[in-house]
This record gives sequence, structure tokens and C-alpha cells, in this order.
Amino acid sequence: MTLVSRAPQGTPPPDPGDKFTMLLAHADDNMVLSQRLGELISNAPELEIDIAVGNISLDHLGVARALYTYAGEVEGEGHSEDQLAMFRNERDFTNLLLVEQPNGDFAHTIVRQFLFDAYQAELWSDLAHSDDEQLAGMAARAAKENAYHLRFSAGWLVRLGDGTYESHHRAQLALDELWQYTAELFEGNEYREAWESAVGSTLSEATLDVPDDPYQRTGGRSGFHTEHLGLLLAEMQWMQRSYPGLEW
Amino acid sequence: MANEERFQQIVDAEEKIEPTDWMPEGYRKTLIRQIAQHAHSEVIGMQPEGNWITRAPSLHRKAILIAKVQDEAGHGLYLYSAAETLGVNRDELQELLHQGKHKYSSIFNYPTLNWADIGAIGWLVDGAAITNQVMLTRCSYGPYSRAMVRICKEESFHQRQGYELLIRLCQGTPEQKAMAQDALNRWWWPSLMMFGPHDSDSTHTEQSMAWKIKRVSNDDLRQQFVDMTVPQANYLGISIPDPDLRWNADRGHYDFGDIDWDEFWRVVKGNGPMNRERVAHKVKAWEDGAWVREAATAYASKKRARTAA
Repeated sequence: MTLVSRAPQGTPPPDPGDKFTMLLAHADDNMVLSQRLGELISNAPELEIDIAVGNISLDHLGVARALYTYAGEVEGEGHSEDQLAMFRNERDFTNLLLVEQPNGDFAHTIVRQFLFDAYQAELWSDLAHSDDEQLAGMAARAAKENAYHLRFSAGWLVRLGDGTYESHHRAQLALDELWQYTAELFEGNEYREAWESAVGSTLSEATLDVPDDPYQRTGGRSGFHTEHLGLLLAEMQWMQRSYPGLEW
Repeated sequence: MANEERFQQIVDAEEKIEPTDWMPEGYRKTLIRQIAQHAHSEVIGMQPEGNWITRAPSLHRKAILIAKVQDEAGHGLYLYSAAETLGVNRDELQELLHQGKHKYSSIFNYPTLNWADIGAIGWLVDGAAITNQVMLTRCSYGPYSRAMVRICKEESFHQRQGYELLIRLCQGTPEQKAMAQDALNRWWWPSLMMFGPHDSDSTHTEQSMAWKIKRVSNDDLRQQFVDMTVPQANYLGISIPDPDLRWNADRGHYDFGDIDWDEFWRVVKGNGPMNRERVAHKVKAWEDGAWVREAATAYASKKRARTAA
């Protein structure tokens, strides 16, 4: 692929069966979410949460780096992790819309994390059985980290949902707002049933209602993003774009 | 034997004072002030470095930086815990910080304006902190000295990472080297100020030395730091912004110029470039999080009630 696509329409619709495309999509998910969580550090409601958020951000970054590096090898054009992360434009990123959504209040951060962690729990346990040993190894490692993330996000969602009147209201609002980005999680896979069951049982413990709004927004996997991604990338890619080709 | 006498014997024998031991009220107060100030510094220090997490130039550097900022938060936690052994709690100490009644290291009242600042903070600020803190591993108060052993190990790792970041810039393009020079120009003097006033003007030094909380004077530590850092700057090939800096063969030390003490006191008193922003940022995070902490407390008590039922 040509990095920094100049074509306004972005990349051609990706072929989901292509390994490079698949690796890049999961790398982008983890990269973008890591970047979002990175914005939060020093802003958390208490020091322990700052530490946890930093840790989760770092884990997603580690997964993204491993996947970008592997994607670069699969592609065979010598692209490094940094080139793949820093020199593709908004229309070329194929992350899920969910992960690019702003941090919002702590309820939004937690709901976003929870919905995504529950999805990645299915993803990693699936990919851990991949015939591709390298990918299976990465997935097995990511699954362990993800289990910790899910414990954190589900634990907080229950505390918020079943905490005070205010926290319950905020958690339900965040859930209602972010629900529109969930259908996309299941494009091209069969994770929906397991995900709905896991999410449903945590929401019930949290005394939160599963939203019934049928409106669903999709398009992340083909580069049709919300307006939030461009700004996130502008910040993330600024140094590499300003000083291309340098070693840091 | 009188408490006071027994206490001083333990200190003089280089044994540790533990939380349950008798201690003079002044000793307790001095330690609370010092440990809390140190904890606050770690926590406020997350801001200038956090400022570059989203813009780090490579994924490798971003990972190092996130891990580092996370370590600072961890140091804040151990230190607040060490302070809690003296009969105060973290919330009350944070409240004093928010009200401006507690200080933190003035160094964090300067902004991080280019990527090299992240290297300079590791190299100079963590370097100065280690110079100060190595003596604290031998501090007479057990919990503080033990916390410092771990913190010093992590800080010296950070210092090497910061220096390595600058080596990379200084071996890079002229533009990258200029970033490193700009960072050194802005961070050098504030780093020297980290050691505090001259010994002759330091109000706490004498008593703290007798109690073995502090073991080396401000000016001696500052000299140690200069002697250690000048050759490192030479290796990088960037110049320290001090026309009076030169090797003094008679003393066996570097001579260096006068610190701008007006600037030092201005920043200490709250009028540095970033004092207001740093505290406002901290207060905002705390206030924005109030409903989250309330939710956690409410949930915990509901859960206890359910278990009891």
C-alpha cells in the first residue's frame, strides 16, 4: 500500500479475507484506543485509576505495535510499525468507530472500554486458535491482558451502574450513546451471541438497561469514520509528519 | 530513659524509627511536610510529561513515556502511604495541595515545549531528584527510607532513558540537536534550583541533619549534581547556559554562576509560568471525579449490606 494516500476517497474497500487488512484493522483498534486512554493520564478520579488507565493504554499500545510490525512483514514492503501508524490518513485507518469516540466523562470511558473489552475477549480467544502461529501467540498474550482490562471495566461499570443515582444515570446515558457503535463489532465474525450474553449479564448486575435504539452507525472498517478520528490522528502523527524520516 | 533521649539514641545509632516508636512532634511534622511534598511532586510531575504522551514521535517512545508517567503515579502512591504511617491521610494531604497550602517541586511549574523536554526532564530533573534522594534511602524514618530505595531504582532507570533520548537527538539532524539545546537552556537553571536555597538561607537544614532526615546539605548536593552533569552535556555536544561554568582544579569541582534567587522565590511563592495551571488541572481532575468516588463508596456499602443480610 502507498502510505499517505492522496486520493480523497481513501483506500479501496479492504478485502476482509486479506491477512494484511485484517492485522491492520486490529492494530488500528488498539492504537486508537491507546491514544484515547493516553489523553486521560493525570485526569483520572483517583491515583489508582490513573495507574490502571496508563497500564491499559500501554497494553493496547503493545498489541498495536506487535500487530503493525507483523502486518509490515506480511505486506513485505518494509513498512515499520511507525510508518503504518503515522503515515496513513484518516480514510485509511480501519479501526472501529467505538474506539475513536472521545473519553467524555468517566462513565463514557468505562462503557467504551467495557464494550470493546468484551468484544476483544471473543476476538483473542478465537485468534488464539489461528493456524498462523505468530498471530495465535500474540492473541494468547493479548487475551491475558484483556481479561484484566475486562475485570477493570466491568467492575467499574457495576460500581457506577449500581452506585448512586447520578452515577447510574451517567452510566446509562453513556451506554445509550455508545450503543450505536456496537453492530460494527460483529461485521465478518460470529462473536455477537457470546458478546451479548457476557455484556447482558454485566449490565444486569450493574442494574443498567440494554438499549433498544435500533440506530446503528458503521463504516470504520472501510474508513468511513466519525469526525473525531481526524483530530486524534493529527495529534498522534504530528511529529512524524513534521519531521519525516528522522530517528527518535 | 526520657523519650527524647531514647529517640536520639536510635537515630545516632543509625537504626530506623518506625511508625509505632515515640518521636518528637517536630520530627513527625517535618516528615509529613517533606514526604507529602515529595508525593505531590510525583503526582504534579505527571502533567508536564503527560503533555507529550499523545504526541510522542514514535510508538517506542510513546510506550516508554506512558510507563514512566505511570511510575510517577506509583511513586505518589507509595509516598502517600509512607506519610499515612505518620497519622495523616491521603485525601487530607491532597486537599492541602489543592488549597495551595502544600508545595510540590517548583521544577514542574515550567512548561514542556518541545519533545527534547521529555529527555531533559529524565536527564536533569530525575538526575537532580536522584542526587537528592539517594541520601533519603538512609533517612532515619523507616517507611520513608524503604520507599526511597525502590523509587531511586526506578528514577535512575528514567534518568538513563531521558539521557538516551537526548543522545538520539544530538546524533540526529541539526534540527533535532537544536531541540536538545533549547531544552537544556530552559531546564538547566530550574534543575539547579531543585536543591533549594543556599545552606546559609535554608531554614530546615540544621534540624533535619540532626534528625538524619537530611544527610547532605543543599549546596553540597548541588555541587555533586553539577560535577556529574557537565561531562554528560559535553558528551552530548550541547552547551550549558552558564558563562561562569568552568573546572576549578584547586577545588576539584566545577565553579558555576549564581542562581537567579528572585526567580526561585517567585516560583516557590506561586508565580512561576505554570503554577496556576498545574494546581487547576489537579483540582479539576479531582472535582470531576467526585461522583465516581461517591459511586464506589455507595456501591461498597450496598454490597456490605447485602452480604450482611
